[in-house]
Amino acid sequence: MIKQHPTIKSTLIAFAYLAPMLIITLVFNIYPIFKSFAMSFYTKYDFFTDKVSALGWANYKFIFSDPDFYLSVRNTLIFVLGVVPFSVLLSLIIALLLHRVRFLAGLFKTAYFLPFVTSTVAISLVWQWIYNDQYGLLNAFLSHFGVHPIDWLNDPHWAMPALIIMTIWKGLGFNIILFLVGLSNIDKRYDQVAQIDGANAWQRFIHVTLPLLSPMTFLVSVTSVISGFKVFDEIFVLFGGSPGPGKSTLTIVFYLYQKFYSEWKYGIAAASGVVLFLLILVVTIIQFWYSRKHVHYA
Amino acid sequence: MTKKRISQSLLIIILTLGAITMLVPFIWMLSTALKTAPETVKVPPTWIPKHLQWQNFVTAWHAAPFLTYFINSLIVTTVTTIGQLFTTILAAFAFSRLNFYGKHFLFALFLSTMMVPGEMLIIPNFVTLSKFSLINTYGALIIPWLASFFAVFTLRQTFNAIPNELYYAAKLDGSSDWHFLWTMMVPLSKSAITAIGILEVIGSWNSFMWPLIVTNTAKVRTLPVGLNAFTSDAGTQFQLLMAASTFVILPMIIVYLCLQKYIIAGISKSGLKG
Repeated sequence: MIKQHPTIKSTLIAFAYLAPMLIITLVFNIYPIFKSFAMSFYTKYDFFTDKVSALGWANYKFIFSDPDFYLSVRNTLIFVLGVVPFSVLLSLIIALLLHRVRFLAGLFKTAYFLPFVTSTVAISLVWQWIYNDQYGLLNAFLSHFGVHPIDWLNDPHWAMPALIIMTIWKGLGFNIILFLVGLSNIDKRYDQVAQIDGANAWQRFIHVTLPLLSPMTFLVSVTSVISGFKVFDEIFVLFGGSPGPGKSTLTIVFYLYQKFYSEWKYGIAAASGVVLFLLILVVTIIQFWYSRKHVHYA
Repeated sequence: MTKKRISQSLLIIILTLGAITMLVPFIWMLSTALKTAPETVKVPPTWIPKHLQWQNFVTAWHAAPFLTYFINSLIVTTVTTIGQLFTTILAAFAFSRLNFYGKHFLFALFLSTMMVPGEMLIIPNFVTLSKFSLINTYGALIIPWLASFFAVFTLRQTFNAIPNELYYAAKLDGSSDWHFLWTMMVPLSKSAITAIGILEVIGSWNSFMWPLIVTNTAKVRTLPVGLNAFTSDAGTQFQLLMAASTFVILPMIIVYLCLQKYIIAGISKSGLKG
């Protein structure tokens, strides 16, 4: 019969199945985690020979006294705070509407989800054109309301909002799909019981739907925050390879990219990567801690 | 009844307005791609070009080595996806059905690595690949993506849902694990495997930061990196930029429209596990 306990033979067989995946992930996922922690302490490093001649805290000292690094952390936080609440709220509203509509739901889903499957590079170019100060569609549209042309991509005050708007637009479909799954998993009987008890539509939404949906709201928020911390492609294309006018959209990953790829400062880049990881970890832990009080698992 | 009808009409109107907003960038891209250069800078902008300039697509296609980029993207996406599905199916089977020493340890180890941002791994991976002299080759674009624990995790859930009785029965009939995996489990999990595959196709086709870092000649560039390089040549010829953007976007829109239900099912499943 089937053996329940592993034997040497069954272990060997299993590792034959695991080997292809194991080799790739060990080399390109597990080892580099330890390596990048180590690299963040390399202060004298020859990339060509992979020889380390000095170790220390100098890379961390450098980034924590670098105003650009503080700026990148600040910009990343502003970006996350600008994108996540709006994205979660908008996608929740659209998902609620899509859940109730009885016609054309499939067609609407297709439209809302379309940006998600498109290349960030290509669609950022389209938005760059939409944001054009002289001939762009957005300023042409706003001029109907008497708004003077805004130089979205060259004015340091407007670059971040422009980036945030585009990111919300692109990510909306993904969040809507997750909310729709959450909504269809809610047992209709809860709503019916509340209706019998005389609760109106708003009360049912606040006291029944919203609490039952909270695990999904939590999941959507966590994934949005994590991907927000890693923003890069959009900035690179929207601002033509620069971190925005006056570094107004310099984020942590962009900082890492510049240190690594433009300045070849491996140790400093690795240190900023470690800080990024720790930041994501801390923010995720805070979200989990908060969720224990406010998320209701039915 | 009429009250319901009014609320439904209202819903449709709001959702239509929203859907149009979502589609405007795509319509604007196509509209610009079909304009003459002077018409792109007309104020106020026109939606429907006076004379459709289909030759813009030809001009843009030949203005940069887009054919090379296209073939590169096709090769990288195909090999990555097939390779990743292969490693994923084998590993998911081991985690789902086989007993071995270190199973729980390995699984926990992989789960914990999912928290680490991929951007942090770029630097050591670049060093590793340059040691093997793979920078600026297909190898650098493909090999690191041949395995994904996220995909293994998703497929393992699907494999776990297949009743154990099937496995025992096949074993009693003298069928090998290998045979059972490919003749029973894989066909039974076809939709999950398709979903994982399509999500990888989309991710691989659209990937930018990694190909940008590991390629520096047109010969191995993928479409997104090639398109980014084209922006400096095209300058302010918006009709050509939009035509080129259309090349890059269109294949994935076609994939999406044909295989929509798998994509959405895939996101629902992998999203749920959180």
